[in-house]
Amino acid sequence: MILKGRGIVPGRAEGEALVSHETISGWGGIDPATGTIIERRHELSGVCFTGKVLVFPGAKGSSGWSGFFQATRLLGTAPLAMVFTVLSTKSALGAVVTRVPTVTDLDTDPVTAINTGDHVVVDADHGLVTVVPVLRPPEQ
Amino acid sequence: MNGACGVSHGTLRLTNDEKAMRDGKEGPAVAAAMDLLVRYGEALGAERLCDTRNVAGTMTQPSPVKARLVQEGGWHKAFSVINLDSDEEFEIPHMRVPTCQLQQGFGEDALGVAPYPPAMVELQGDAEAFYGGHGVNILATCTPYQVGNLPVRGEHVAWMESSAVVYANSVLGARTNCEGTASTGAASLTGKIPCWGNHLPENRHGTHLVEARVPVDGFLEWGMLGYFVGDLVQENRPVVTGTLAQPDLADLKHFGAATASSGGVELYHLPGITPEAPTLEAAFAGAVPEAVPYGPGERRAIYDTLNSQGSSTDVDFVLLGCPHASLDQLAWAARALDGRKLSAELWIMTPRALRAVADRSGYTEIITRAGGRVLTDSCPAMSRAAPQGTRVFATDSAKQAHYLPAILGIEAWFGTLEECVDAAVTGTWRGELP
Repeated sequence: MILKGRGIVPGRAEGEALVSHETISGWGGIDPATGTIIERRHELSGVCFTGKVLVFPGAKGSSGWSGFFQATRLLGTAPLAMVFTVLSTKSALGAVVTRVPTVTDLDTDPVTAINTGDHVVVDADHGLVTVVPVLRPPEQ
Repeated sequence: MNGACGVSHGTLRLTNDEKAMRDGKEGPAVAAAMDLLVRYGEALGAERLCDTRNVAGTMTQPSPVKARLVQEGGWHKAFSVINLDSDEEFEIPHMRVPTCQLQQGFGEDALGVAPYPPAMVELQGDAEAFYGGHGVNILATCTPYQVGNLPVRGEHVAWMESSAVVYANSVLGARTNCEGTASTGAASLTGKIPCWGNHLPENRHGTHLVEARVPVDGFLEWGMLGYFVGDLVQENRPVVTGTLAQPDLADLKHFGAATASSGGVELYHLPGITPEAPTLEAAFAGAVPEAVPYGPGERRAIYDTLNSQGSSTDVDFVLLGCPHASLDQLAWAARALDGRKLSAELWIMTPRALRAVADRSGYTEIITRAGGRVLTDSCPAMSRAAPQGTRVFATDSAKQAHYLPAILGIEAWFGTLEECVDAAVTGTWRGELP
């Protein structure tokens, strides 16, 4: 499956997807020292995004969003790439200062099209996100 | 420089003076600033930059990363890496346009009061000297509009701090997006910011209509309505009508901060009250949508949500002044505290400039005599510090009730100023929906 969108930070990366169905906060939402989501009631509370293709609906909360994601780059805990649904000043600037390949404005909502664990190729130079679903055993 | 620009589709057109800045005519720091604005503007899909002479950002607040950078290369390096998003270290010139520092970490007045590292206070004092020397007004508040930075209607500004952004757009009719540390840093050295979103008149009309059907009068009620509206519209632009009493600065400061906590509201209209909505029709570009009611049931539900984070009624900390208290709020707090004796810690956060007036007016002495503290520069959420051992806190701020339990892992109660003072005196939360 290939999703077509707009690359907003150049580059190409491939790796394992981490999908958040809820929007993500920067300030009060992540810990840059560990690359972990810390918002208590968040579906991914306690989960580390370092080295993952972070797929999420958009940014919420404080204007500190970009600064916190920039800090993940400076501390070596950044995600591998970003794919998100809704573009805002927070998510756009956040992606720019995290400096990882980023695609948004996609023809299919990435949060519903991609599952955590899928292998994803983010080609931000061409605005393409290629998804290789991982076969899962049927749920018990 | 920093990564390639030009992934995007070259939507951004620069003027000759902007190209000159990008190409280094104003020096390497300004060139790095323009490079960041180009990367950011293209990511947004902006077509041009706009001129601004009013920037509100953050440079002084200590963080572990900043402390390391300062140690390595001083404040020039910290500003280059964090505020310009550069890998290189530049000599930082004087700010090109008026720029102010928003809220920061705790200052000297919190030493021995808040469990906050003295080394951070010292680092911040050092930062204030450096940035003040480079033309940054150290307002040190989330409410710059209260203490000398009051943009005029239609003015393009580049502000951070969600509660200040929504106030500037909605109450003042200025134009700003919710900017970040690097975009405001770049704006301060260039006087430019992407002309996108709220800067464009076609993006400033309402999208949702809310009709209040219960009286909205006073600080508590405006905060609850804001929390309802933000949760309802998220990032959209609400228009609110109905049984609204005339609000004052403190009411709208609370309302906007609440809309930007439960949601991400950057601009709202109150027809007949806020400047860009003389009428309901003017608030919308076209047809007026169907109204979502805010009645007794919705009001009760919001109150219960804000009070769902407390189980113990043993209050050991009361926090007032989020966003930073107005002069009126300081006066009201002094009246409520006059002659009382507190058993719990009580802090009121306010800009240092207003504390000077409170000192002079005798409010600080009354509050202090009761056992309360008037503190400046920061807040427990920004500095991640409440009085040692706090387990349960009470506040009159929907925003602080929203954030502080998650940040500090404590329980929260939300109510009126009088209920908060009662809790500070008795050590027990006895608030209920009026």
